[in-house]
This record gives sequence, structure tokens and C-alpha cells, in this order.
Amino acid sequence: MQSQSGLPELPNGGRAVGGPPSERILKPEDFVSRHSNGLDQFFSYIKGESGLSILDLAGVNQANVSFITNLGHKIYSEDFLRGLRVGANGDAQPRVDAFLSQNLNHREGSFDGVLAWDVLEYLGAPLLTATVERLARIVKPGSYLFAVFQAQEKAESVPQYSFRIKDSKTLLVADRGHRKPEQVFNNRSLEKLFHGFESLKFFLARDKLREVIVRR
Amino acid sequence: MWNNKRREDEFTPKAVPTPPIAPEPKKEGLPLSTAPIKAPEHETSRGAASIGKSVTIKGQIFSREDLIVDGEIEGAIELNEHRLTVGPNGRVRAGVKAREIVVLGTIDGNVEALDKIDIRKDAKLVGDIKTARIIIEDGAYFKGSIDIVKNETPKPTAPRPQAAAAGSATSPQPAPVSANAVK
Repeated sequence: MQSQSGLPELPNGGRAVGGPPSERILKPEDFVSRHSNGLDQFFSYIKGESGLSILDLAGVNQANVSFITNLGHKIYSEDFLRGLRVGANGDAQPRVDAFLSQNLNHREGSFDGVLAWDVLEYLGAPLLTATVERLARIVKPGSYLFAVFQAQEKAESVPQYSFRIKDSKTLLVADRGHRKPEQVFNNRSLEKLFHGFESLKFFLARDKLREVIVRR
Repeated sequence: MWNNKRREDEFTPKAVPTPPIAPEPKKEGLPLSTAPIKAPEHETSRGAASIGKSVTIKGQIFSREDLIVDGEIEGAIELNEHRLTVGPNGRVRAGVKAREIVVLGTIDGNVEALDKIDIRKDAKLVGDIKTARIIIEDGAYFKGSIDIVKNETPKPTAPRPQAAAAGSATSPQPAPVSANAVK
């Protein structure tokens, strides 16, 4: 069953809950192919280079590892969502310093690119601000960050997605359930969030997802 | 006519011969060749050393055979030509180097698998991976970097191109070998 956006919904419609998505194992039939202008732009920026170090914040999966390493790059995997589940310890959000020391403890200029996917949406405001500041330090100047945000500014619950790279322009996307967003974003709030970066580019798609490419 | 007809209840089943017991594999002595012998895939699980789940080892482990770890290891593990399997109860807090690594339990340490690393769905690996191939099942937890290093077989060096003669290019002729040459 597909929603109006064309992306899959859970058979029961899902139930809005707070917090990061569930850990259920996804099956191939859960995934729907989706063209991604943002991803296309991200890979076009690093085209022709090899040996780069790419940070993936949404945990590891075979598709993303294979794609990045087949391009000749190194991939570094962090699992923010698991970090939120573990670090929250019954609270809505974990402590900022503890979370960053566990999940983004890297030297300055460690990475040539970041695939943030939609994980930044799960962070409460203080943690989100601190995370973006840390990201600005640990990536090299001139490198790019790709992130996805919900474009529905007034939604009570939004789908939580798992993203797999099919090719440089195509994502496989699976719905993990619904949740209440930590905060809503529009172009203005995203510009403010990434004020420490050099530039920002938006790609708005029909499936109500806003893709963002940020240049450090 | 009636004598020839055999009813089912009169049928006496033949005794089923028991299958012959497979002879023990012939144990061979040390081969004369110094080239390493690679055991076939299906034999790698047989003859593997194993560390049970109640065993804890602190130190360095060097193995010249496959190793299965279901206990706790702290230190370093090295099996250059063999496979390391960290079982579902296995907890390894060590740097690991092996030909092939299969993880069903936990590894906390940097890992180098010359051929392949296979991280199963309930496994947990924290550390940097260097390998030629990697398989990660959904549900596995991994934190660290993945560096794919292909094992390339050395290619024969191409003959040096000679200065082209006017109008034609010829490949260099091999030096003649006399019949009495000593090999």
C-alpha cells in the first residue's frame, strides 16, 4: 500500500510515536525506488576523486557500504539512531556532551563528506545545534553534507525512513513507522541551522521530503 | 496363477543392507612441496580449534588452524591463513587479523580480514575494518571505518616498447634457448 507521496506505508497506517524508528529488520519488498536530485548532486561533487572518507550517520547497511567502497572511498559508520536509543536511557533525549562523545568523537577535518540522511530530525533542539556545530568541525572545508528533512511543516506524525543507495541518483526507501517530529523545518530554519556552513541548496520533491546539500 | 500372485501381506521385505562405514580419511604426511595447501571450503569447519563460552583468555592468540570463539578474549588474535568465527556468545576485545572472519557475537577492536569479513545480524563490531570483501546482514551493529583493500595478483610486466622502425613496428624476439640449457 502506498501513500499519496508514493512511498510505502505500514499496512496498519502506523501509529505516531515519539523517538527514533524501530529496529525491525526490513525486507527487500519494504523498499521503494526513489529518484534523488540531492544524492545525484552529492556524488557529482565528489566524482573523479577516490580515497575520500565519507561519514554515514544512519548506521551500516550492505548497499551503502558497497556503493561507497566501490567508488574507491572509505566509509565511516555511526549509528545515531541507536545512540539516541541507548543514550536517552528513559529520557526523551540524551545529554548533549555524552551523546557527542559517543557518536561524533572525531578529529577536526576527518571527513570529506557526510551522509546524514534523516537522522538530524530525531534530535531535539539543543542536541541538534551541538551536532551540526560538531559536524562543521569534523568535515574538511569544501566538503559536502547530504541530509533529508520532512517538508510537512504542520504534520502531527511523519514517516521514518531507511535509505539505501541504489545508484548515484536513486535511493531505495523503506518506511519504518510513524513518529511525532522533534521539530519542524522550513527553508529559513534550515538556513539558520547550517549558518556555520558556506552554502545550502534545497531540493524539494513531490513525496514531501526536502533534500539538502550543505557545503562546508 | 494364484501361486504367482503375491499379496502385500505375504510380502517379506528384504533386509536393507546397512551402508558401509566410510573409511577414515587417510592421514597424509607432510607434503614435500613448500607451497601452502588451501583446504576446501567444506572442510574448514572441521578440525577448528574452539574456545568455549565459559573460557576467558587475556593475551595473544596465534593460530595455524581455524578458530571458533564462544568465550571472552582480551588481547590480540592472529590467524593469517585461517578463519576466525566469533560465535553468538563470543566477546572479543582485541585486534584481529585473519584470512576470513565471521562475526555472530561481539568484537571490540580493529579487524583485518585478508579475504572476507561476514557480520551477521545480531553481531556487534566496534572498530576499523580492513578487508577485501565485506558482507553485512541487516540488524548488525557496526561503528567504525571500512577500508576495502583488494588483493591483486601481480600482473606480468608488459614488454618494453622498442623504438619504432620506419613504417613498421615489430615485437622483440625471444632469445634462443640451446638444447643443452640447464633448467
